[in-house]
Amino acid sequence: MNVTRFLSRNWLVSYAVVYMVLLYLPALLLPLFAFNSSTIIAFPLKGFTLEWFGVLIETKALHKAVQNSLIIALITSAISTLLGILGARAIVRFRFPLKRGIVGLIMVPLILPEIIVGVSLLVLLMQIGISLSIWTVIAGHVLICLPFSVAILSSAFQGLDPSLEEASMDLGETRFGTFRRVIFPLILPGIISSMLITFTISLDEFIIAFFLTGTDVTLPVYIWGQMRFPAKLPSIMALGTILLLLSIFLLVLGELFRRRSARRQGKSTSPTGGLV
Amino acid sequence: MSENAIIEIEDVSKSFGSVTALSGVDAIIREGEFFSLLGPSGCGKTTLLRLIAGFDEPTGGTVSIAGEPMAGKPANMRPTNMVFQSYAIFPHLSVGENVGYGLKKKKMSRQEIADEVTRALAMVDLAGYGDRAAHELSGGQRQRVALARALVMKPKVVLLDEPLSALDKKLREQMQIELRQLQKQIGITFILVTHDQEEALIMSDRIAVLFEGEIAQLDTPEALYRRPVNKRVASFIGVMNFMPATVTASSDTAMSVNIPSLGQVDLRADQLPEGLNPAAVDTIGVRPEMLTILFDESETAEREAPGEVTSASYCGDMTYYSVLLAQADEPVTISMRNTTGRSILTPGTQVRVGWGHESVVLFD
Amino acid sequence: MLSREGRQGLTLISPPFLYALLLLAAPLAVVVTFSFWSQNYLDLDTTLTLKNYREVWTKPIYRVLILRSLNISMLVTVFTVLLAFPMAYFLSFRVKQNKALWLFLITIPFWTSYLLRIFLWKVILGYNGVLNSALMGAGFIDEPLTFIMYNVTAVVITLAHAWAPFAILPIFVALERIDRSLLEAAEDLGDGPVRRFFRVTLPLAMPGVLASTLLVFIPTVGDFVTPRLVGGKDGLMVANLIQVYFGKANNAPLATALAVSSMLIVTSISVIIFIVGRRIGGRTR
Repeated sequence: MNVTRFLSRNWLVSYAVVYMVLLYLPALLLPLFAFNSSTIIAFPLKGFTLEWFGVLIETKALHKAVQNSLIIALITSAISTLLGILGARAIVRFRFPLKRGIVGLIMVPLILPEIIVGVSLLVLLMQIGISLSIWTVIAGHVLICLPFSVAILSSAFQGLDPSLEEASMDLGETRFGTFRRVIFPLILPGIISSMLITFTISLDEFIIAFFLTGTDVTLPVYIWGQMRFPAKLPSIMALGTILLLLSIFLLVLGELFRRRSARRQGKSTSPTGGLV
Repeated sequence: MSENAIIEIEDVSKSFGSVTALSGVDAIIREGEFFSLLGPSGCGKTTLLRLIAGFDEPTGGTVSIAGEPMAGKPANMRPTNMVFQSYAIFPHLSVGENVGYGLKKKKMSRQEIADEVTRALAMVDLAGYGDRAAHELSGGQRQRVALARALVMKPKVVLLDEPLSALDKKLREQMQIELRQLQKQIGITFILVTHDQEEALIMSDRIAVLFEGEIAQLDTPEALYRRPVNKRVASFIGVMNFMPATVTASSDTAMSVNIPSLGQVDLRADQLPEGLNPAAVDTIGVRPEMLTILFDESETAEREAPGEVTSASYCGDMTYYSVLLAQADEPVTISMRNTTGRSILTPGTQVRVGWGHESVVLFD
Repeated sequence: MLSREGRQGLTLISPPFLYALLLLAAPLAVVVTFSFWSQNYLDLDTTLTLKNYREVWTKPIYRVLILRSLNISMLVTVFTVLLAFPMAYFLSFRVKQNKALWLFLITIPFWTSYLLRIFLWKVILGYNGVLNSALMGAGFIDEPLTFIMYNVTAVVITLAHAWAPFAILPIFVALERIDRSLLEAAEDLGDGPVRRFFRVTLPLAMPGVLASTLLVFIPTVGDFVTPRLVGGKDGLMVANLIQVYFGKANNAPLATALAVSSMLIVTSISVIIFIVGRRIGGRTR
């Protein structure tokens, strides 16, 4: 191997390693300070404590926020996945008029600044006279989760050989029977993956929730409120640690399902998960 | 093979938007025959198969199966079953579950289904594969599973959409023979779509050649090869040398043809394609194996014409020569079997080319 | 008349489409309408007026904020995309196995709480923060560094970090699509690694770079959390003002005019970036 090529390879590898370390470094602070007994977030670390997790258990308002967020995330993931199934199926299997425009509108929240989504929904709701509640947050969250559902499920439908459906019909099955016996089992991992990812997005989403939340605040809105008080910072670190672990758990689960889906269909996995 | 029609296709046409895939197709497919739809890609052969299967509805005309018009009947209501080009093996089901897929809709007990599946798998030489996962199968095995899955339904007609195109050459040739034998053995009508003329010739009882959405010729393999109705069919099936020619005299029983590059020849009427207009004949065709190079003085033929070898392609068992006949502008292709005692002629060699009245096909 | 396929497709897509129409297109239309109305204390005056736009386009405060927002977003975009390219290149050309695992590891931080990620930078860069306390503890500095917090730099660092994964994916996809034999052909025709990179790899990766650029640029302009948490007084962006007018200041028409104006500017810039990008990477599709 010639010298310049060897150096360039090593240069890239070291770059990648540094990049990944910097990407994760901030997140690593969460557990570090969540177990640190000092009330200020600074080095050097003082000692080990579980006190901040204890604080979380005692805070009633937090429990309510967690409950709200879980309900919102659950309903959001169900609705956006359901709409995503319809959309993805239409996009992958059918040609229809104005397809580009329609798909574009559905996917545009992917790049639209969230403040625009939040503000415009708020203005509309104010005009119609609908008061803010967890349902208004769900409405906004479904909107931003839908593009992800559509993308994930599109890749699931894309992996489905159209002749499988024809084979099923040819063997005497009805349309509904074909969906139940062939399509559904084959895209099920995609459905689960979509539900897990949209659940995670909704659980963590702040900006839209900030505008659309009523008296029942979501968890990120609650955290935002607590950030003003320096004394609360250690417990936010503890809360953040839990949230981080939960998110990673859900994402790993979603990823495993996505790969299983691809394997089942006998296709190699697309490494980007159909998101791009 | 009986003469009863199992499928009647009457004036069927199909267009997708502004694209016409089939126009005015008429054909009768007989019970128990191995029927092939042959043509280049885009000729409409797969479209026709899908109209029979019920995946698409014709824009005009009717398809009847066993005397019953099929209009409005979806694929799941038709007595046909298909072997897909991609095989369409359900990836989440085992081999046995794949084969038994359609039986679940019939009123059969679990045991009956299991027995049928076992029997179908044995029929395609896959006995004992029932519990295998779909992804564990090789290409040839997938093809057999797809076939078993169709046969187990006891359809009136089995439709095969280029079922062998994904297999390598050796396996494909073996499967051609096996499929043909299996079809004769069980006696169900098979309709095969293929773009491979050799495959169609080997397997079929009758072949419909399609060009641009129309049937150009429907005939037995031998008739198709020996008496193609036009130049296009002639050059699609095998190789054909074309030469200019004129009819000098014609009667009800015979025809005299003058071929400048070969000479004068008399043809019997039974050798001519039906409905040929003698006045319009301007070309004759000769298959490469219907011309012979006469290697030494002792060899003779019905007729002879002088020529010069311009090139030779050696193919193992055969050698293909390009020979420029004395009175011709373009060389003709002649195939010669490389039997003992025959050496390969070098370009420039002067040869005598032997032919006869049976070598010649007329075209208008 | 619609074909059967067209009808089935439209029927299937209509629930998600209607959802987006009702909850995205309609609200956006209302926002635009709103921006032509005006507000007197608690009363909404629905006579059409350009008052809000006149204010937005003439008063220096808005110009300063909009320009600063664009400036920050562009800086973030340039940093993010430049830093993302080598990473995407590494993933596409150097990683042989476990590509999916690497990509998954890169995307995880993106999915974790946005608010917390920004909050962590506040904690890291703060006056008594992790960085200063660590540097002082180690004896590198005697008093906390102040230039790293509550200014534009802090906003750029935080946003660039937050959007890093989003920039990698499109570039990676573009690089993956490059037929490797093209690179061998270039080498075969006498290009060294560097020339080959600039003559083949980079032009073919341009669509991905373009997508990354827009994917980072557009959403970051509208961010108000980062400036609010780490930007200080000089790091505030236009979205902060929109948020304030919506909340405490209670002047929704002015806020919507500001939002519409910003989006128009962002859209125009995006279109320019897109066209210029197409020119550069022109002949590739």
